[in-house]
Amino acid sequence: MITEIAPAPERVAAEPARPGGKRRAWDEVPRWQIYVPLTVYLLFTLIPFYWILLFALRPAGSTSLVPWPMTFEHFEKVWTERSFGTYFTNSVYVGLATLVLTTVVALAGGYALARFDFRLKRGFMLALLCSQFVPGALLLVPLFQIFANLRMINSLGSVVIAETVFQLPLSMILISGFIRNVPYSLEEAAWVDGCNRLTGFRIVVLPLLRPGLIAVGSFAFVHAWNHFLFALMFLSDQGKQTIPVGLNTLMSADSVDLGALAAGGIIAAVPVVIVFAFIQKWLITGFSAGAVKG
Amino acid sequence: MAQAAAVAKPPAPPRRRRASATPRRLPYLLIAPAALLMLGFIAYPVLSVFYYSLQNYNPTKPWRNGFAGLDNFTRAFAHDPQFWDTLTFSAKWVVVEVALQLLFGLALALIVNQTFVGRAVGRALVFSPWAVSGVLTSAIWVLLYNSQTGISRYLADAGLGSYGTSWLSDTSTVFPAAVVADLWRGVPFFAILILADLQSVSKDLYEAAEVDGASRLKQFWHITLPHLKDAIVLSTLLRAVWEFNNVDLLYTLTGGGPAGETTTLPLYIANTSVDAHNFGYASALTTVAFVILLFCSIVYLRLSKFGGESR
Repeated sequence: MITEIAPAPERVAAEPARPGGKRRAWDEVPRWQIYVPLTVYLLFTLIPFYWILLFALRPAGSTSLVPWPMTFEHFEKVWTERSFGTYFTNSVYVGLATLVLTTVVALAGGYALARFDFRLKRGFMLALLCSQFVPGALLLVPLFQIFANLRMINSLGSVVIAETVFQLPLSMILISGFIRNVPYSLEEAAWVDGCNRLTGFRIVVLPLLRPGLIAVGSFAFVHAWNHFLFALMFLSDQGKQTIPVGLNTLMSADSVDLGALAAGGIIAAVPVVIVFAFIQKWLITGFSAGAVKG
Repeated sequence: MAQAAAVAKPPAPPRRRRASATPRRLPYLLIAPAALLMLGFIAYPVLSVFYYSLQNYNPTKPWRNGFAGLDNFTRAFAHDPQFWDTLTFSAKWVVVEVALQLLFGLALALIVNQTFVGRAVGRALVFSPWAVSGVLTSAIWVLLYNSQTGISRYLADAGLGSYGTSWLSDTSTVFPAAVVADLWRGVPFFAILILADLQSVSKDLYEAAEVDGASRLKQFWHITLPHLKDAIVLSTLLRAVWEFNNVDLLYTLTGGGPAGETTTLPLYIANTSVDAHNFGYASALTTVAFVILLFCSIVYLRLSKFGGESR
C-alpha cells in the first residue's frame, strides 16, 4: 500500500541497474568518475565528524589522532556538571511537541488545500509563500512581547509554538502535495461504502500518507531540535534551556573546554543523525512528490 | 449518526473537486488552526515591526519613546556606516554561499543519482551534515580551526607552520573559513532537493538522445538541466533567503567578529535589539531587510521565469 505512492520514483531510478535491462547513457559513466569525487566529498563530510569524535573520546590534553585510550569522562562531565541531561530532556520535549503540533495542524490545513476550492484559498497560498520571506530571527522582539503578554516567557511552550509556526508553511505545502497524489476516487469509493469524510480519510488516505507524514514530522523535529535563537531568547532559566543553547554556553565560556564541547556536540547530534538515517530515503521522495511538484 | 450523514452525503458520487456534498465551512475549519497561528505569530509581529520602525522605542530610555517618523530610516541610510557594512557583507555572504552550494550540490546530486555499490550508505553519509544544527556546525569547526588543537597545529607539526594561525580570529582567513563551515552543511540541502527532482527525469528521453548519438555532456545540457530548472530556481531562492536570515552559524562561530568583519544585517539587528535595547531602530532595520528580501525574490522569480513553460 505505502510503496504504491511515495517510493515510486526511487524504483524508476533503480531500474536501469538491472542486468540485461536496457542500458542508458548515464550507466556508462566510468566508475572512477563516480568513486573519486565521491571519496573526496566523503572525506570533507566525515573528517569534521571524526574530529569531534576524537575530542570527545580521548583524554584531555592528548594530541593523538586516534581516540585511544578511550575515555568517557567528557560525556559524564557534560551530562551532569554542565546539565546536558536536563537540556536533553527539554530538547526532546520541544522536538516531539513541535512534531505533533506541526503534523496535526498541517495535515488538516493540507487536506483543505488539496481537496477543496474555497474563496480564501489563493490568498492563503500566497500567505504561505510570503511567510517564507519573513525572517524568524527578526521577529524576536515582537514575539518576545507576545509571549510575555501570554505569560509564556520561560516556558517551553513558547518555543514549541514559535518553532511550529515557522515549520507550518512548508509542512502544509508538502502535505497537500502528498494528498493530491492520493486519487480522489479512492475517497469517493469509501463514501459510497458508507464512510463519512473523516473515517474515509482515516481508513483510505492516512495509511497512504504515512511516508510523507514521517518526512514532514521528522523535518519538524530536526528543526526544533537544532534551532537556537528562540530558545536562547524566550527561556531565561538555565534549567529550561535546550541543547543548542547549552552548546553555545560551552563555546562562549572563557576557557573553552574542548573535550566537553565535543561531547556535548555528539549528544546534540546523535538523535538527529539517527532520525535522519531512517528518513533519508523518504525525504528525497517526499520532496519530489510534495514541494517541487507542488 | 455518522452513518446517516454519510449516506446522505454522496447522492450521486461527485466526480469533481467541488464536492457539493460537503459542508461549506469544512475547509475553513480545517485551515483555521494554521491560519490563526500564522496570523498571531507571523502576521501580527510583522505589522508590529512596521509600527515600531516609526517609533523611538527603547525600554532602557523610556523618556525618549514616541513617534519618530522616518528618523530611524534616515539614521540607517545616512548616518550609520555599520548598516552599510553589514548589508555589503550579507550580500557577499549570500552570493558566495548560494553559488558554491548550488555548484557542489548539483555535482553531488548527479553523482549519487548513479547506480553504484554502496549507494544507500554513501547517500546517507554525504547527506548527514544537513541534519546538523548551525550551532553544532560551529562547535565542530571551532575545534577544527583552533590553532592549538585544530588542523593548523598538525600542519605546523608537519612543517607547514605558516598556516598555523587561528583561522577564525584572523581577518584575512575568517571569511573563507566561515564559508567552508557553512558549505559543509549547506551542500547536502541542495543535493537532496536536486536529487529529488532528478529521479523524475524520464529515462526515455536519455534513450532517445542516445539513439540520436548525443554525447553525455549534451544530454546533461539539453535534458537534465532544463528538467531541473524549476527545482534549481526554487531551492536557490529558499536557500538565499535562509542564508540571509539565518544567524545561528555566524553568531556562534565568529560572533560577527573579528572587528565586525562577519556581521550580517540580521546579526546586527539582533545585537541592536537584544544588546542595545534599541527596538525602534532594530525594527526599522528589520523593515529594510524585509523589503530587500521581497524585492530580490520578485526580481529573481521574474528573471528566472519560474515555472514559465510548464505552468
